[in-house]
Amino acid sequence: MSAIAGAFQNAAAQHRAALVGYLPAGFPSVPGAIEAATAMAEAGADIVEIGLPYSDPLMDGPVIQEATRRALAGGTRVADVLHTVQAVASAGVPTLIMTYWNPVDHYGVAAFARDLANAGGSGLITPDLTPEEAGPWLGAAADRGLDPVFLVAPSSSGERIKLITSVCGGFVYAASLMGTTGARDAVGGQAAGLVQRVRGCTSLPVAVGLGVRDRAQAAQVAGFADGVIVGSAFVSRLLDAEDPSAGIAAVRELASQLAAGVRDPAVASRSRT
Amino acid sequence: MSALEELTTAYLSAKADPKFQADLAALLRDYAGRPTLLTEVPRFAAEAGGGRVFLKREDLAHTGSHKINNVLGQALLTRRMGKTRVIAETGAGQHGVATATACALLGLDAVVYMGEEDTRRQALNVARMRMLGAEVIAVTTGSRTLKDAINEAFRDWVTTVETTHYCIGSVMGPHPFPVMVRDFQRVIGVEAREQVLASAGRLPDAVIACVGGGSNAIGAFHAFIPDDSVRLIGCEAGGDGLATGRHAATLAGGSAGVIHGMRTYLLQDGDGQTLETHSISAGLDYPGVGPEHSWLHDTGRASYRAVTDTEAMDAFAVLCRTEGIIPAIESAHALAGALQVGPELGADAVLLVNLSGRGDKDVDIAARYFGHVTGPAR
Repeated sequence: MSAIAGAFQNAAAQHRAALVGYLPAGFPSVPGAIEAATAMAEAGADIVEIGLPYSDPLMDGPVIQEATRRALAGGTRVADVLHTVQAVASAGVPTLIMTYWNPVDHYGVAAFARDLANAGGSGLITPDLTPEEAGPWLGAAADRGLDPVFLVAPSSSGERIKLITSVCGGFVYAASLMGTTGARDAVGGQAAGLVQRVRGCTSLPVAVGLGVRDRAQAAQVAGFADGVIVGSAFVSRLLDAEDPSAGIAAVRELASQLAAGVRDPAVASRSRT
Repeated sequence: MSALEELTTAYLSAKADPKFQADLAALLRDYAGRPTLLTEVPRFAAEAGGGRVFLKREDLAHTGSHKINNVLGQALLTRRMGKTRVIAETGAGQHGVATATACALLGLDAVVYMGEEDTRRQALNVARMRMLGAEVIAVTTGSRTLKDAINEAFRDWVTTVETTHYCIGSVMGPHPFPVMVRDFQRVIGVEAREQVLASAGRLPDAVIACVGGGSNAIGAFHAFIPDDSVRLIGCEAGGDGLATGRHAATLAGGSAGVIHGMRTYLLQDGDGQTLETHSISAGLDYPGVGPEHSWLHDTGRASYRAVTDTEAMDAFAVLCRTEGIIPAIESAHALAGALQVGPELGADAVLLVNLSGRGDKDVDIAARYFGHVTGPAR
């Protein structure tokens, strides 16, 4: 079983959802991001996603755009991203990279899979790679024991969900709404229905992302999904902090709030079977 | 993906519908002013090796460039899909102006994303779009040019797709855009092929067009692809020169990758990060290129060359003074290509140059470049 599958199974055994936390590599600095991601895991994130900063972050909202822009301006390279994965994974938390496709394509798919596996990484989340174009990556992922995670959206047809879940590994990333990344006041109302539709196609865990920012929302999503993904809210803690150590403290605090959210007993009792 | 599937289905249905094609043909004729003229330019030709040079006058189409051909097609398609709002990206502003125009004509809401840097370079077109009722949003992310405007338009579209059509302005982006925009632009080459056969009595030796995303070039080339004797020559923005790294010559200086939902050549660094581009022409200042051009490049059916800012502005001046036509700076890259290719092909050659747009929008930049006016830029 992959480390990702293990993390979801462990959460399920505790009758709760898994907490998945995202932070980009290289922000506020390479060591700063490692420290923040490690703190996020220590405070309750079951799985960590490390973002690979990219020049054209099409599906990201302003918060992640700004953090990844600063990471690139600070000289963050793909090698630094792999180093970040190694440092975070070695602390014992399953760690994936979330990346736009071109940096992987340019690195070479087989080489990227090899180096990610050697760094102790568990897989890739690829928002702009379609299953139709994913053949080489799926082969490399299978060779290296990596989980290929793809996204489904509320607009995805039943046929599309079937295709996407047939190539997914580890878990299915369900976007809660039609839009870019970023914290919102309310989680998209289409999320629960989307999770149901995905469950009709696969036995993989389904995690919901986009728009989750606090304990109450985490508890709400935990009521219908196997995992709760939080990104921009963590990144905001680092962006808004007066100094790096305050940022890390704020990330730790948010992670423990969200970890409490996914363990909300009211949620656990009413939804899990 | 579902939006792209919906668009593909709608486009294929429209393409096969005689009513849609008749509506589009009527708009192109009675509103856009098609067919555009083919003008022989002998005094310019004398500077280009002494053969015959014909200009396809897309500059005379309504709104001043070829962009209207594509936009009228996509605006009709928007209405057919039951959507009420159109978003677009624009670099030089020509596609934004065309979009604002078509939306005014068909009663659609228009929102145009434009890099902040380009809103300064092309302030006149910003004013035109606003006059036509469009909202212009200055994009302040990334390099603040065309690619960032495209990023913002995509971000808008994923949020608003139920009511909104993204009217991409070039033969780029995810399928079906490159094919659909090509189909709407191929009227350029279809008309020009007929016109040049009538005027010169034979096919041209070369068809020359500027290439940013590449819509006017694909439009001009497409009807000639089966004509093996006709060289297809694309002129990319060489900026300060390929060796300086300050350019936007994707095919001449780039490598294969993925950007904006397409696999194509692009300008990228060792990590696959998109490089910043430079060109005196806002409309060519794009780090990718339409995938069909990458295919024409790889198969050798078309060749691409980099034209520097200086070469383009020299050609701009030659056309102004020999023929009384002020070209867009984008199109001046194609004219510079003709000045280079003409002498290579000799005095018996027939060249067809696509004059993709007129230069009104560039008068401020050109006047400063040539020192006709001084003082602070707008």
